[in-house]
Amino acid sequence: MFKRSFILIVLALALLLSACATPTPAAAPPAAPAAPANPVLRMSTTTSVNDSGLMAYLQPVFEADTGYKLEITSAGSGAAIEKGRTGDADILLVHSKAAEEEFTGEGFDEVRIPFMTNYFIVVGPEADPAGVKTAKTAAEAFKKIADASAPFITRGDKSGTNTKELAIWKAAGVDPEGQAWYTNIGAGMGQALTVASEQQAYTLSDKATFLAAKTDLALLLETADDMLNTYSVIAVGPKRFADTNAEGAKAFIDWLATDKARDMIAKFGVEQYGQALFYNMDK
Amino acid sequence: MIDRILDLFFGPNPEFRQIVAVTLRMSLFSTLVSTLLGVPLGVLIGANEFRAKPLVSRLVDTLMGIPPVVGGLVVFLLLSRSGPLGSLKLLYTVTAMVIAQVLLITPIITGMASNIVSIRAPSIRETCHGLGIPPGRRLWYTILECRVPFISIVLAGFGRAIAEVGAVQMVGGNIQFKTRTMTTAIMMQSNMGYFDLAVALGFVLLIISFTINSLVHLIQDRERRD
Repeated sequence: MFKRSFILIVLALALLLSACATPTPAAAPPAAPAAPANPVLRMSTTTSVNDSGLMAYLQPVFEADTGYKLEITSAGSGAAIEKGRTGDADILLVHSKAAEEEFTGEGFDEVRIPFMTNYFIVVGPEADPAGVKTAKTAAEAFKKIADASAPFITRGDKSGTNTKELAIWKAAGVDPEGQAWYTNIGAGMGQALTVASEQQAYTLSDKATFLAAKTDLALLLETADDMLNTYSVIAVGPKRFADTNAEGAKAFIDWLATDKARDMIAKFGVEQYGQALFYNMDK
Repeated sequence: MIDRILDLFFGPNPEFRQIVAVTLRMSLFSTLVSTLLGVPLGVLIGANEFRAKPLVSRLVDTLMGIPPVVGGLVVFLLLSRSGPLGSLKLLYTVTAMVIAQVLLITPIITGMASNIVSIRAPSIRETCHGLGIPPGRRLWYTILECRVPFISIVLAGFGRAIAEVGAVQMVGGNIQFKTRTMTTAIMMQSNMGYFDLAVALGFVLLIISFTINSLVHLIQDRERRD
């Protein structure tokens, strides 16, 4: 009897494994151009371009146009850039200027290419107890939040948004660290918005993630001069890692500059949210 | 909600089915490898008396409690392109996830197996003696004798594998169509505020778990009746 059960288990396992062994690809790439020598391009992105759905929207078109296969991992910009340092990404798509310049300044002939922007926004409870709506700049808004001791959620994860937030506090002349109303959650943008919504707190967000996430927070301040959010691509240099996929990274950067890609970026989100989420920069 | 789940399973979008396939492939392979390593090791520790036994048992118990993110971190640092095994190019693959899982599950299977065998060892030793089974074949005989509890142990390992999220996120990277599993997809969806989709995925995870458990219990009951 044991033998028969054993055979049953082995058969069931074999069936399951064979069923799992060949996962169906999402869609067969339609007659791709001459396949590149190294078709896998490892991209490390910030969470906002991935969670907003921008990469999922661009990826199939880029893959069909060039024959490359994108493998995207996303994390806060700090962690995303770190993957370039450890050799676990061929190209970075991030939004944290100071951290990017630190990376490209490490002597491997890497170039930071800013290509699109949008605005950081201040979001918070609909009632707006701190009166952020009347502020002209982000620094002024943050000063009002501090003066009102209104609850504020910080991501505290060295992401581009977190870095920007700390710079705004500095410009506002406020040191929020250790204040009772300042909560550090050490998490991504989506989760920060969820926590802010639950606690009716303020937070700094990128616009794309805010529109894509479902919360009951209100958009209180945007398009102030000190809230421009610039996204860049950086190809990890062959001087840093000899086996990095430099051709693939170049192919992606070239593709981003095509009218087709720029048109796609400009249209992204317009249908769903009634407004663009990202804006192309002048070539 | 039921519409949602049915649509996930049978709808036109293959992504969900692909996520389930990756999840099962990862969980089954890692349980298989952990069982092949952990059961013999557990039997050897449980059935034999040796001077270092208390130390070895304590070590295994400690490894049983290793937090998954710590296991994930170790495997990440090993497999990262700038780590010692970076040239294998295994980071962000299903293989990397299986390696992390084996690291986490093998101690659990080893520890539980050795506990069971420790309890039954005296009577098994007597039977072996009585039946004249040579010492070389006692390992296999012990595994046969303890097969019913062993099935539960393997299931516990499988349950741990399919439910794991921290380590899998770190070494798998949650790459769409490649290393995205049920749990990392649930985490991603809830981070984006799509709680209904996250809940639907959670339900499906439970359904899969329930089906596999039921199947194994069926086999186990038949074994017990023999």
